[in-house]
Amino acid sequence: MILTVNGQKREVNADPNMPLLWVIRDILGLTGTKFGCGAAQCGACTVHLNGEAVRSCVTKVNRAAGQEIVTIEGLSASNNHPLQLAWNELSVPQCGYCQSGQIMSAAVLLRENPHPTDQDIDDAMAGNICRCGTYQRVREAIHKAAAMPMEGAKL
Amino acid sequence: METNGVSRRDFIRASGLAGTALCLGFYFPANAKKAQLVSANAAEATGFEFNAWMHIGTDGKITLTDHRAEMGQGSYQSVPQIIAEELEVDLKDIDVVFAKGDPKKYGSQITGGSSTIRGSYKRLLMLGATARQMLIMAAAAKWNAPVADCYAQAGQVIHRPTGNKLHYGELVADASKLTPPKDVPLKPMSDYKLIRKPLKKLDTPMKTNGEAIFGLDKRLPGMLFASVERNPRLRGKLVSFDSTAALKVPGVKQVFKVQMMVFNTTRDGVVVLADSTWAAMQGRKALKVTWDETGFEHVNTVDIYKSHQELLKTKEGLSVKKQGNPDAVLDKPGKKLDVIYETPYQSHAAMEPLNCIAHYQSDKIEIWGPIQAPDWVQGDISDKFKMPKEKVVVNMTFLGGGFGRKAFLDYPQEAVAISKQAGVPVQVVWTREDDIKQGPYRAGISYRGQGAIENGAITALKFKMAGQNIDHWSGPGRGKPNGSTTEGFLNPYFESIKNISFADVPYEMPLPNMWWRSVYASTNGFAYESFINEMALLAGKDQLSFRREYLKDERCQRLIDRMEEVSGWKARKKNEGYGVAITECFDTTVGQVVKVSRNAAGKIKIDKVWAVMDCGWYVNPDIIKAQVEGSVLMALGAATTHEITFKNGLVEQNNFYDYLMPRITDMPTVEVHIMENTADAGGVGEPALPPFAPALTDAIFDLTGKRIRKLPFNMNAV
Repeated sequence: MILTVNGQKREVNADPNMPLLWVIRDILGLTGTKFGCGAAQCGACTVHLNGEAVRSCVTKVNRAAGQEIVTIEGLSASNNHPLQLAWNELSVPQCGYCQSGQIMSAAVLLRENPHPTDQDIDDAMAGNICRCGTYQRVREAIHKAAAMPMEGAKL
Repeated sequence: METNGVSRRDFIRASGLAGTALCLGFYFPANAKKAQLVSANAAEATGFEFNAWMHIGTDGKITLTDHRAEMGQGSYQSVPQIIAEELEVDLKDIDVVFAKGDPKKYGSQITGGSSTIRGSYKRLLMLGATARQMLIMAAAAKWNAPVADCYAQAGQVIHRPTGNKLHYGELVADASKLTPPKDVPLKPMSDYKLIRKPLKKLDTPMKTNGEAIFGLDKRLPGMLFASVERNPRLRGKLVSFDSTAALKVPGVKQVFKVQMMVFNTTRDGVVVLADSTWAAMQGRKALKVTWDETGFEHVNTVDIYKSHQELLKTKEGLSVKKQGNPDAVLDKPGKKLDVIYETPYQSHAAMEPLNCIAHYQSDKIEIWGPIQAPDWVQGDISDKFKMPKEKVVVNMTFLGGGFGRKAFLDYPQEAVAISKQAGVPVQVVWTREDDIKQGPYRAGISYRGQGAIENGAITALKFKMAGQNIDHWSGPGRGKPNGSTTEGFLNPYFESIKNISFADVPYEMPLPNMWWRSVYASTNGFAYESFINEMALLAGKDQLSFRREYLKDERCQRLIDRMEEVSGWKARKKNEGYGVAITECFDTTVGQVVKVSRNAAGKIKIDKVWAVMDCGWYVNPDIIKAQVEGSVLMALGAATTHEITFKNGLVEQNNFYDYLMPRITDMPTVEVHIMENTADAGGVGEPALPPFAPALTDAIFDLTGKRIRKLPFNMNAV
């Protein structure tokens, strides 16, 4: 089947039932998207499917065939999405493992709601677990990114 | 050191003979008390096992080896930040690589006990200062000028009288031929330009675009993925398995039995190897396995805590520390308290599930993984697989959390056993369910606190603990009391309270248990500091001024001053929901004030956490703040949302849907304050965890009058 990942068409020979997560990681070799729970509980595997945040660990690959998939590697041209800049500014990550998923969830939030309140952020980000406890900085960084110009960044 | 395929021997020869780089490292002789600083040349001349902790090339580029794991606690930042200060270079000119496991080169590499900075900072300062001095000496010789006329700044040596400059890259060839000078003076703290500054972390960019390689992200050519069905009772044997259906799953290549050592027990499993992680997991689901369930107890959580209670009420246990005669005081009539606290079993549940790559070859074993103690893994694999130590190469990756679990030896060992039998490199991937259900766990521990108050003052304190002991489980500590019984309890109490005793009532149970962030302080702290709060109430005093009477040490007094000041303690009103606790852990003291209230729906809500940390000398205040925020959140989860329970010998929890993690909606505002002083460095990654639970439950008592003595508790039900 043909997948469009980060703007590139890729031909993939995979069991149609294989979750998108494992196609991305084990077949396409894009390891920025993480495995955390396999049950849509933690959000570490969040990617964009036609611009929507989905949990790739429970999304069968045949559901994604022929559609636009964006992973953390494709979020911006040079690590310069406002969220990536804000994350760096505030040293958000600790271990960093959940952060791809955090950023991918936050990117959809900002597209739909460019100036979210704390409550909006909590509502949108409650599906992403961080065991290191970076939540306070995640909140702050989303506000900071919201205040940056969006020019040049694609969502 | 092997970097980019260049062997250590070649590397040393190149740097030594051609003089193309300045390499400095430490040599850890087997029986010497102090590490010796050596250069690559000296190492080559004397045959030292050499480790280039620091490599400066002719282009001026500096490569530093991080001898510890990076699991979120910040060694990848703090190690270079220390060296750059004394070396007089910009952080952007430094590349960081992870060390391989080798205690002869790096000394102890276990990333645990919050020891990276407190254990190494003086050595790291000396390393930077010595290299700088050698570069200055090389420049002075070139200019035929006195060393005293030269100084280093921003990666250059400058000749003060003429303003002539040479950059480090131009000096390394000459500097590498010098003998490292001894006892180079270190900068006074007041001259620090990098240390104690909240510099942005070097590893953030690669953690925001998917570039950072965690254990699970490492790939080797020809590698297969493995998923293992292990005995659900955490130990014991396999009777039989049927792999027919598993082998029919597309992508599945091999299925066989594997055995893993967990301390002194063995655990059988059946491994499915496939060309993708998912195929291995599907194959595993298709297995039919029969386990031998005889020969060990099928435990229930409720029975564990019943046994604890019984032991605490009937046994005196093994004395750990005693002064005066608390029993004599407690026997007399008067104001007394006698209560039991209970803490739960906990999983580490790091976000990156356990995984490890092993490549077994006839003459070499190579490992890649998220590993907290590469030197331990090297030793263990060498022993178990009869391979000389130098032929066991343990490579480090970033760790997606560790919290102690990734300092354990079971998962690398199992990966090696699988690769040996499979004949190819394998990556063993634990599912979240494996991670939650297979342990080892932080043991649940129960405590009995007894105390007496006379004229508003403590006249006796008596603590006993009952719970599994890591040392008993692992073997050698049997018959001995738990040496960590007093961990978390502040030393100055012993100065001011005449009659105190601590005892450990041994409780043994064949459930695998191990250290978990802040180790025994995480459970001790809840019991001991809750008890102090209850004693303050019995004495009719407020919790902070009560502590002030006992913690007469100057640093403690200042810490209390600060807690009062930042939290507005004195302006608070009674029953407004303020709680407090102070604990010590890994040479660092942390006090926390927690404020709670009820929200519109009548549920308890944490308004604010004020944390004051005294960790002595420190590197990066922003990393400290992050560690405190994270410790508070982890403590909140362990106190209110999750616990591991056993029913008929099986773990009841499975995944994040029944082992519930605090989420962004649960994150309280945490305000962190760091005490400024010149004392030796204490730990940072763990010490802020223990005081949170007792401060929270104390705040809830202040608001509601309900005293919580058993963790976890449901905040929504208070």
